[in-house]
Parts: sequence; structure tokens; C-alpha cells
Amino acid sequence: MPGQSAATRRKQPAAPQPTERILSWGRYPKTAHHQVHKPAWNDQVPEILNAAVLGSLLPYGLGRSYGDSCLNAGRELIDCRRLNRILGFDESTGMLSCESGVSLSDILDVFLPRGWFLPVTPGTRFVTVGGAIANDVHGKNHHGAGTFGAHVREIGLHRSNDGLVICNSKENPDMLRATIGGLGLTGVIAWADIQLKRVRGPWIDVESIPFQSLKSFLDLSRGSDGRFEYTVAWLDCFAGRNTRGIFFRGNHSAYSGKIIRSKRGPKLPFALPGWLLNRYTSKAFNTAYYRAHAARRRSAVPCDSFFYPLDSIRQWNLLYGKNGFLQYQCVIPESNFEAFEELLDRIAHSGMGSFLGVLKQFGSAPPAGMLSFPRPGLTLALDFAMRGERTLQLLRSLDQIVLESGGALYPAKDARMSPALFEASFPQWRSFVPFIDPKMSSSFWRRVTEAQ
Amino acid sequence: MTVTTDSSTPRIKPLQKIVVLGATSGIALEVQRQLAQQECELLLVARSPQRLAALQSDLLARGAKHVLTCAANLASIPHHAGIFDFVRRSFPDFDTVLLAYGTMHDQKDSEDSVDALLDELNVNFVSASALLTLFAADLEQRRTGCLAAITSVAGDRGRRSNYVYGSAKGALSLFLQGLRSRLHLAGVRVITIKPGPVQTPMTDHLPNAARFADPEQVARDIVRALERRSPDVLYTPRIWRYVMAAVEHIPEGIFKRLSF
Repeated sequence: MPGQSAATRRKQPAAPQPTERILSWGRYPKTAHHQVHKPAWNDQVPEILNAAVLGSLLPYGLGRSYGDSCLNAGRELIDCRRLNRILGFDESTGMLSCESGVSLSDILDVFLPRGWFLPVTPGTRFVTVGGAIANDVHGKNHHGAGTFGAHVREIGLHRSNDGLVICNSKENPDMLRATIGGLGLTGVIAWADIQLKRVRGPWIDVESIPFQSLKSFLDLSRGSDGRFEYTVAWLDCFAGRNTRGIFFRGNHSAYSGKIIRSKRGPKLPFALPGWLLNRYTSKAFNTAYYRAHAARRRSAVPCDSFFYPLDSIRQWNLLYGKNGFLQYQCVIPESNFEAFEELLDRIAHSGMGSFLGVLKQFGSAPPAGMLSFPRPGLTLALDFAMRGERTLQLLRSLDQIVLESGGALYPAKDARMSPALFEASFPQWRSFVPFIDPKMSSSFWRRVTEAQ
Repeated sequence: MTVTTDSSTPRIKPLQKIVVLGATSGIALEVQRQLAQQECELLLVARSPQRLAALQSDLLARGAKHVLTCAANLASIPHHAGIFDFVRRSFPDFDTVLLAYGTMHDQKDSEDSVDALLDELNVNFVSASALLTLFAADLEQRRTGCLAAITSVAGDRGRRSNYVYGSAKGALSLFLQGLRSRLHLAGVRVITIKPGPVQTPMTDHLPNAARFADPEQVARDIVRALERRSPDVLYTPRIWRYVMAAVEHIPEGIFKRLSF
């Protein structure tokens, strides 16, 4: 079309580029970017890569990473959201080919009514396929299905130095493994082929079971893994050693009734006052939540409310006020049971946790990517409102426990881990470095590798 | 948007066969997606065959019944006969035409160069009106259908910063106004679509682009207008109808002093 390409080709106005404020989901750290490129077509990406200087770019999707792994402070981003076309679908095999800016939400809208579901889904549907690959995201079926990357058959990758590279198990398999969990640093994903999963309908049969100790959680989890596709637990992070929580396990339901999903739920219009979520309100919420689920229960629920409860409030991240929040997600080997209890104790004593404590036992599938986070053990994810040094100090003390227990932190959720902890979490990171596209860098990467 | 509008302007019939001229423009992309969900048949005209191929597979996956493509340079008037011929042969009973292409260049360019000025006028007005003339004759003869074109609120009043683009779009709006009156006799609808600033690749370089309208919302308004008997002139988002009504009433003596 003449309009669009002519307009993008034309020289930018002489005025200095505005400083673009782009935040990640945690709204911390506050960063500004020099420029945000917004290619609408894959054929425009090479132009952007060619024009850039070394270490200046990072692909960006829907910005659902919590910390700084999707940010490139003071440099440039390539916003991939307009690369959102479905390129093909094989109805007989479920193989989907799509551009990297297609969101998981889009895939569900188009394919769930036809009986196909995501092979793996994180806790929000508002991530792009590119982001799901770059963070090698996991979900409630990790014990059976592994990570998102395990279901990626092929990708096309724009590289600044060698053009469009096709990566699959035969061609450039190492580049595929580097890109899965590669935090966007290996290049811009042009398209990906993903294996979708046949399901009977959009409902999930869920069973919720309260538990009162970490031991009983583990028993439940082990006992359920074989029979239930999805398992996860909610944890009261104010309970400390007297662990209590609710274990959820589910399977795709045979019930195939139609679900009427309202297109747009309510939205938080602005950042709420930071003091609103304090230890008393959070504690009260946790107690109420536990009581509400204290009786063992079975029911069929729409998959949206099972997988994406928080998506029903748009911009829920504004709940934590204008200073934002930090999410802490670690994994600790099961053999280090005491370390996990100590972690919970520390959090409970701090009184700073909030209401979104999520606990899951990872399976033992081999990692799909070079820098994949999931590994056998117990993973805990928890939000902390950002209250300055106090919060950072608490998280540093949690780091110490994770470090000593041989655990790891999840880059997609992190805005502050030390280079030492990154090293301990991903000792193999130096062998990943040769796969980095020389024009790519990120705030996260510079921070944890102490590079320029 | 409101219930009253919906009930007072019932659907004539669901859209079925739509020709989109400028199918890869930012607004057209969203319109096409929504039409695909309604299982329409589409014929897409744009310059790049690769982009058309990506669009075609996308719209088919999203529910479009049938998607034809035609790779051609719409800005080039000598190509129009070929484009029109292709449409008539491969999509003879199309019922709706949406013209969605246009350029917005830096106004400074046309102040310094007559070539740049003519480019802007040619693409946005001359080629658009030439192409619409071909489609108008066909629909007039068949005494059916709907012709819609995207102009701009910038065409409602000449502004210091954007009057070349504005005059081309304004001329197109006038052209459509006259055409509407002519085709009314044959029962053919003509819709003038006047969007305010929308977040598309065309406007990315403008200041405050982040505050522009969501193309999905604009596309919803356009699809609704295509389906119904009214309005003749669509302002989208709706607020622009009132904004422009006010802007048009500013006395020229004051308006010429305003810098926007």
C-alpha cells in the first residue's frame, strides 16, 4: 500500500526523538527508551536491524515480564505487537504457524471454539508467542507437558548479521535452543510453528483441596500428577511454617457447553494509593480466600477462570500503587525442604507478602531451552509491593536462602537479582553468549552479566 | 454505540462481499479482521504480494469465507483499469467497496517541493477519486451496494501544520458528498469516514501518538456504519463530530492565528 510504506520510509521530523516511557508489568524499574520501533510487517524488520548500532535493540511484546528482562533502558525496543498474523493452521495435526506478535489470547479466540488449546499456558493470556518463547514460559501442566518451548517445532529468526534464519530440530537446532528462553537476545522471531492440543471444550473440571502443611501439599501434588493434567496451589504467605493453602487440580472437561465471555472486563483506571494493599488488608484477604475454599469441592469452570483469573481485571498491576511491585519466583530442589520452609517463614515474618502466593511442583522434563528456568523442585511465586530499600532487603535475604539451597530465580519475574545469583541459577550462561545477536541487549542482561 | 442508534437503524443485510482498496493500511487491517469474524468474502488490493499473502492466510484462519488478493499500486492511475477489471472478473457481485489507502507526509516537504505537494494530492485525492469513479459506475448500473472511503477530520478545516494532507482529504470528502447525491438516485450508499488521529504506522512519527485512538475501536465504528443505513458521514471516534463542529465555528480571524 502506498500510504503506509511511504510514510515509514520518509525521514522522521527533525525534532529529537521523544523519550518513550515503557514499563514492564511490575512498573519497576521506571525506565525510558530512546526509541520504539513498531514494524507492521516482517519485511520491515531487517531495515531496523541494519540501521541499529551494536547492543542497542530488544524485541518487546505485551510487556508482561515483571522486571527488566523486556526493557532496554536508554536504548531502543522493537515493539512486535503489529506482527500479529496467523500464517497457517493444519486442522488435522493442530500445527499452527503464526507471527511472533500474535497473542495467546488471539490463539484461544480463534482456535478454542474449534477444539484446540495451547499446549502450555502461563497465568495470563495477554502475552505474545514471541514472549512465550523468549521466556520459555510454563504453566500448571509443567509436570506433564514441560514448557512452552517444548512445543515449538520451528521458528524464523531475524538476525542482524545473517538475515532470516530457520531453526528447527534439523537446521540450526542450537539456535532454536538458545532462542527458547533466550530473553529476546538472539534476534527477532519472525514466525513460529507451534503444536496446539486437541481438547473437548472450553471447560475444566476442577477439584480444590485445602492443605495444612508443605508435606501434605507434596503428597497431594505427587498423587495427582499422573491423573491430572493441571496442578497448582495457592499459598497463604502470612502463615509461615504453619503452611496452609488450597491445592487445585484439573482436567479438560467433557462438558462442551458454550461459554459467553465478555470482551472487556473492568479495568483499573489508575494506580491505586500504595498503602491500600498493606499487611492487614492482604492478611484479611488471605484468610477469607482460605475460608472460602476450606471445603473440598469439585466443579466445572470456564478455562478463563481456571487459567487466567487475574486477566478479568485489566491493568490489575496498578493495584500496587505508583511505585509498582516486584514478583519473586524461585525454584528450590525438593531435597531442600527446610530451605523452603525457612523461606516461607521469612516472608511471613516480614509481613510484606501479598495475596498471590502460588506454589507448584515442577516436573522432571529436560529443559527445552538453553536458559530455561523450570527444573525439578518446588517453585513459589509471590508479589511484593515496592516499598523501597525495605522490600529490596527482604528479597536479598530470600536470595540468600535460594542461593544456599541450590535453587534459582526466574528472569522473567526479576528486576534486581545479583550477578552472583544469576550465575548460580544459570551456570551455563556463558555458553549462551555466542548465540546473542550483536545488535541485541537488555537492561536485565547488562545487569546480571555486568556487561556494558 | 448506544442502544437507540442500534434500534433506529436496523441492519439492511449482513455484509458479504467486500473490496478493500489499500488492504495493508493500519485501519483496513483491523476492519478486515472484524469482517473475517463475520465470515465475509474479501478482495484485498495492495502493493506488496508478500504482505497480501500473510494477510490472506490470517483472515482465512480468522473465519473469512474466501479471500482474494490483487497486488497493484493504487497510487498509479494507469493501473486502475487493470485493478477494476480484475475485481469485476473475479468478484463480479461485490456489494461493498472500502477505500482505505492514503499517505501523510511531513507538511514541510510540500512547502519546499512542488513534487512532494503533487505526490500528496495525487495519492490522497486524484487517484482515490479516479478509482472510486470506476467502482461508482459499476454499482450505479447494478443499482446496489455501498461505497465507503476513509478521509480525515483534517479535511474539515485547513490548518497551518497539515493543510496539504488536509486539502487532499477535504477534496475527497467533497467528492464523496457529490457522489453520494448522484448515487442516491440509484440506491447506492456512499459513506464518508472521517477518523480523528488513529494509532497506525501512518501516524507513529507524530507527537502524542500514544494518545491517538485505538484502531480496533475505529474499525468497529466503520464496520457498524457499513452494515447500517446511516450515517452518511461517520466521525470516529464519535467525539470528533463535536470537536470538528466547534472547530468549524472558530472565526477565521482567530483561526489563522492558531498554530496547530
